[in-house]
Amino acid sequence: MKRDSRVLRQGANVVAIVLALLTVFPLYWMVLSALKPKGEITSAHPRPWTFAPTLDNFRNALGVSGFGRYFLNSLAVAVVVVVVSAAIAFLAAVALSRFKFRFRTTILIMFLVAQMVPVEALTIPLFFLVRDIGTVAPGFGLSSLGALMLVNLAFSLPFAVWMLRGFVAAVPESLEEAARIDGASRFTILWRILFPLVAPGLAATSVFSFITAWNDFVFAKTLILDTDHQTLPAALMVFFKPDENDWGGIMAASTLMTVPVLIFFVLVQRHMVSGLGGAVKD
Amino acid sequence: MPATTVTARADHGDSPVRSAGGAPAKGRRRSGPLARIPVPLWLLLPAALVLIPLFGYPLYQLGLLSVLKFGQPQASGGVPTEFVGLSNYTDVLGDSQFWSVLGQTLAFAAFCVVATLVVGAVCAVLLTRVGKWPRLLLMFGALGAWAAPAMTGSTVWMFLLDTNSGLVNEILGTQGHNWMYDKWSAFAMVAVVVVWHSFPFVMITLYAGIQAIPDSILEAARLDGAGTATIFRRIMLPMLRPLLVIVVIQSIIWDFKVFTQIYVMTGGGGIAGQNLVLNVYAYQKAFVAENYSLGAAIGVLMTLILLAVTAVYIRSLRRSGEEL
Repeated sequence: MKRDSRVLRQGANVVAIVLALLTVFPLYWMVLSALKPKGEITSAHPRPWTFAPTLDNFRNALGVSGFGRYFLNSLAVAVVVVVVSAAIAFLAAVALSRFKFRFRTTILIMFLVAQMVPVEALTIPLFFLVRDIGTVAPGFGLSSLGALMLVNLAFSLPFAVWMLRGFVAAVPESLEEAARIDGASRFTILWRILFPLVAPGLAATSVFSFITAWNDFVFAKTLILDTDHQTLPAALMVFFKPDENDWGGIMAASTLMTVPVLIFFVLVQRHMVSGLGGAVKD
Repeated sequence: MPATTVTARADHGDSPVRSAGGAPAKGRRRSGPLARIPVPLWLLLPAALVLIPLFGYPLYQLGLLSVLKFGQPQASGGVPTEFVGLSNYTDVLGDSQFWSVLGQTLAFAAFCVVATLVVGAVCAVLLTRVGKWPRLLLMFGALGAWAAPAMTGSTVWMFLLDTNSGLVNEILGTQGHNWMYDKWSAFAMVAVVVVWHSFPFVMITLYAGIQAIPDSILEAARLDGAGTATIFRRIMLPMLRPLLVIVVIQSIIWDFKVFTQIYVMTGGGGIAGQNLVLNVYAYQKAFVAENYSLGAAIGVLMTLILLAVTAVYIRSLRRSGEEL
């Protein structure tokens, strides 16, 4: 009995390690291929190592193909979306978890339903909306980063509010009550008491907003018609050529695009898991 | 408002929670019309200012476009738009391609959901059974796959599956085989990428759920003579039910809406559109065929299907006791 369970445990360990390696392998392959010299990439017999790592592919992507520019565009959109969406979502989450008012449940359900809407279908009306906005305010029209910021903000907000609501609700109300008895104003309570306490949740929520904006492919593809204002995901398509794909360049660009998200994810991973674990204890 | 909420909240007595419709219990009452607007509405105002014009209005426009004749001539302003009633819908529903796309969308989504759940659940159970290092390794790998953007996940797998210089063909000794040529082979490859991207969410959520089950309950069951199978079926499964519902419905919604992977990996829907799913189909109808109103009609139909799924979701959330 005891030996059996030890064998089982060892077997489980081996299976887990194999699964982990399989899962992480595509990412390893991406980084490795980005570092491979040209000859090894087009070789008909790819090997899972390289003895001649080179930054040529990165240099090529950043210099010749202008990925530095696309990287900065992506970063600008994502950072603006994260900051603005965090502020707006925080206020909305406080309203929805700390106050009782008519239509509260209705508004909550609308935030939930909004997450289900197929955004790709909405690009059709959004294209014309953004086109019309452009005639009044070119900074937010077609081919502008402003348009991408607005659209990504709108589509990351419902989830951000929904997620942040749980974090606000987890803060004991007695703290605010004590502050109010001490004469703190509503603004002080929001800014000096609730905000710092919700900050970890805000960080976790921000990651999702960041990822929504950073990964967005369909809006960038539809709303940005010139190459100067393109963001990374849509610009990656430039590397695909009907005859021969430049896999070295594609892998280097993919690596550049994946690394910031990976860093963010690892940083807030603990908050995400603890936030989810709370859901079962109710 | 569920009655339980009201009583639970009432216990706090003088808590900041109060009916916004009524007058504030105490404090500085300001005069003027602005002071009459309740606080929560002020807090919701910024969100409304973003969501109404950029989410609500386009949604209304989507519905409107679907009952108009709106192609390239109308889009460029040369020809006035024309109300055509439900004829876009009869066009879509009368087109045999729509039904085959709907069918393969459902089949593709169903396959992805089942595969994601099986892989995710097996990994979650596995995580509870292994030592510290294998667990951290699997967590780390899953986190990487979760974080990888849909775009880069697609490009990496395309390279792995490449006809001439792909690793998969090298390992299997099938040089020159094009995995994206056959319809079902192409769908299967996209499904692999979708599952790779989404099983970590299932795994980590269910693992967190299993961890949250108090040891005392499991121990009590074991003392009462329950075996592993009984503990799993009678204790863990019922306790994980709410979480399972969330995971299942989220997966259905995600996999029904897969866009980037299909669009990128099959080059916009595969050879002769053999790998189209509804989302890509609507997009192509609008922006490639320039029949915006037909694309909008498909979008509306898709939204209705997803709304039905959401209704089930909300009902089960409420039944599991989540306070809305």
